[in-house]
Amino acid sequence: MNEILIISGKGGTGKTSLTAAFAHLAKNHVICDLDVDAPDMHLILKPENTKSVEFISGHEAVINPDKCEACGKCLEMCQYGAVNENDDIFSINPLKCEGCKVCVEFCPVDAIDFPDRKCGHWYSSDTRFGPMIHAQLFPGEENSGLLVSLLRKKAKELAGEKGLDLILSDGTPGIGCPVIASLSGVTLAVIVTEPTPSGRHDMERVAELCGHFNIPAGIIINKYDLNEKEAAAIEAYSRKKGFTLFGNLPHDPVITRAMINAQAITEYEDNDFAKQLTGIWEQIIRTVKPVK
Amino acid sequence: MKIAVASGKGGTGKTTVSSSLVSVWESPVIALDLDVEEPNLHLFLNPEFTDKRMANMEIPKIDDALCSKCGQCGELCQFKAISLMGEVLMTFPEMCHGCGGCIAICPEGALTKDFRELGEITWGKNGKNEFLMGRLRVGEAMSPPLMRAVKEKLGEMLDASSTDVIPKDVIIDAPPGVSCPAINAVMDSDLIILVTEPTPFGFYDMKLAHEAFLPMGKPMGVVINRAGLGNSEVYDYCNEVKLEIFAEIPYDRKIAEAYANGDVISESSDEMKQIFISLADKVKEKAGSNASQGGAA
Amino acid sequence: MDKIAVTCEEPSLDSQVDPRFGRAAGFIVVNPESMEFEYIDNGSSQVMAQGAGIQAAENIANSGAKILLTGYVGPKAFQGLEAAGIKIGQNLDSMTVRQAIEKFKAGDVDFATASNKKGHWK
Repeated sequence: MNEILIISGKGGTGKTSLTAAFAHLAKNHVICDLDVDAPDMHLILKPENTKSVEFISGHEAVINPDKCEACGKCLEMCQYGAVNENDDIFSINPLKCEGCKVCVEFCPVDAIDFPDRKCGHWYSSDTRFGPMIHAQLFPGEENSGLLVSLLRKKAKELAGEKGLDLILSDGTPGIGCPVIASLSGVTLAVIVTEPTPSGRHDMERVAELCGHFNIPAGIIINKYDLNEKEAAAIEAYSRKKGFTLFGNLPHDPVITRAMINAQAITEYEDNDFAKQLTGIWEQIIRTVKPVK
Repeated sequence: MKIAVASGKGGTGKTTVSSSLVSVWESPVIALDLDVEEPNLHLFLNPEFTDKRMANMEIPKIDDALCSKCGQCGELCQFKAISLMGEVLMTFPEMCHGCGGCIAICPEGALTKDFRELGEITWGKNGKNEFLMGRLRVGEAMSPPLMRAVKEKLGEMLDASSTDVIPKDVIIDAPPGVSCPAINAVMDSDLIILVTEPTPFGFYDMKLAHEAFLPMGKPMGVVINRAGLGNSEVYDYCNEVKLEIFAEIPYDRKIAEAYANGDVISESSDEMKQIFISLADKVKEKAGSNASQGGAA
Repeated sequence: MDKIAVTCEEPSLDSQVDPRFGRAAGFIVVNPESMEFEYIDNGSSQVMAQGAGIQAAENIANSGAKILLTGYVGPKAFQGLEAAGIKIGQNLDSMTVRQAIEKFKAGDVDFATASNKKGHWK
């Protein structure tokens, strides 16, 4: 099974629009949206026949006011500032609680419950480009690392069931837990960057992460013509680091027009951007060894 | 007062707005980059860094001579950062969330405090302003504890400046999205600016952010970047939920180029400067009614 | 002879070896002489937010097995298993539990000295 992850470090480089186009161009594949914090691919792919499953991760502390004797032990022990006190009424701020169980364990009157934490939903759907696995977290929910692993597992299972040999994933921005969870063990990471100070800075951080985890990586410079000097610096960097340069794409509002039409750029009216992008995809797919 | 600049998705112009707001802000301000996974504000403001310190998290250290292999620490730990493997107690420092539970529960006093490096906190001067940022170590997965450490440093900076009569304002560049780090960054602010663009992605993510931040009951407003580029969904939504549009930054290739060049947009033309001055006025007016003097910490 | 633990998809000697260690469905712990076995469900590790591999390593250590046959073991679980004195045979996926044990008995299993998971491209 091959797994290609499209990733960017910084948001707004066009990663999701490009992934949607690759989803259109790819064959025999499952699409997987790992950008669980801001999952946008469904806006273009319009998933249907969606199966929805609740996603539970860890636990959260909840103070039972009937049992609480307001001793303040939980407040004293919580390292996350998650315990609020108001006129001897103690409560837990779920946005700050990390589910460590310390307050539950040390409460002298067992007044703190520790229920499962419902974090959101994951979905298995059909789209016009193939089956898709995606998810939506409830606002403020953390730990999308587990969800990312779960989505990748579900995508693999779905690919197995349907006899498909490629998983195409839209990765999550940043370099934290979800990104690490989405990167580990993929066949190829395609880094979409832009020639801006932030774009280059973040691309280098993601590239470093790929190096850290021994993941082969290649680079696409989107909107390269916004700053050709910066684009050249990115090219030089990738050559030095031994990353494949898959190609440069121009800054072109056509990509927004396609988005507003809920279409992948390669589906949208005949345009040069799509032609170049198709060429890039062909190059990417050649890099990945065919599955036996 | 503390102003958080946030966005549902990355790349909508959050750092553009933060850097420009810092640039036009009249009184001295602390520019704070809390996007610790991808801190970028310094690339635009070019502060002169004066000092830094490592941010650490407390993790357990085992004294084998005292350990009785009772396993209570491993049972309590929700993150599998300490575990009794047969007869051997071992720690997995990267897994630790620093809750301190294992150290507190150990009946033998066999666990003591050790540290794991989360990242670096850097600060300095930026003209009349001060600058502060955190940067997560590559390979480190947990940003909230680093963000807490950065906020502690912010507290020190605010305390140090409290000898001045005017309490300093803080402009926070928050991480994008609506996950734990984003909520963490805007939680202590007096007003939230949501930066978006009028595209389907921009609208969808802005709506998620608005719904996520709403329960905090803070004043919120929208800055529409690349106005004129997309469709009307964002405007319709703001109108419907009575969310004020604080400013619009027109779509212009020149702005994109200036950004790509690392320029602060408000300094690129008079027109831009005016947009951000009126944004700053609006923000002060809206946050002022909510922020008590110095009570925002 | 030491007991052997094998990751499995179902509680049977004819189950496929589950290639995953931390998030394996379960383990079969076998006495290689009598081929008697017990099944340990690993569901508790599968749902963990983090540390599934470490939890699974704990489960194996508590089972009394001294040998583990599986597909891929991550670096942290590897460290844990090693500390507990458990020998690890990796890359034994795409065969049944019985076949993996026969392979071990025939002396055809090399024991790993390092995790094979990091940088493993599936």
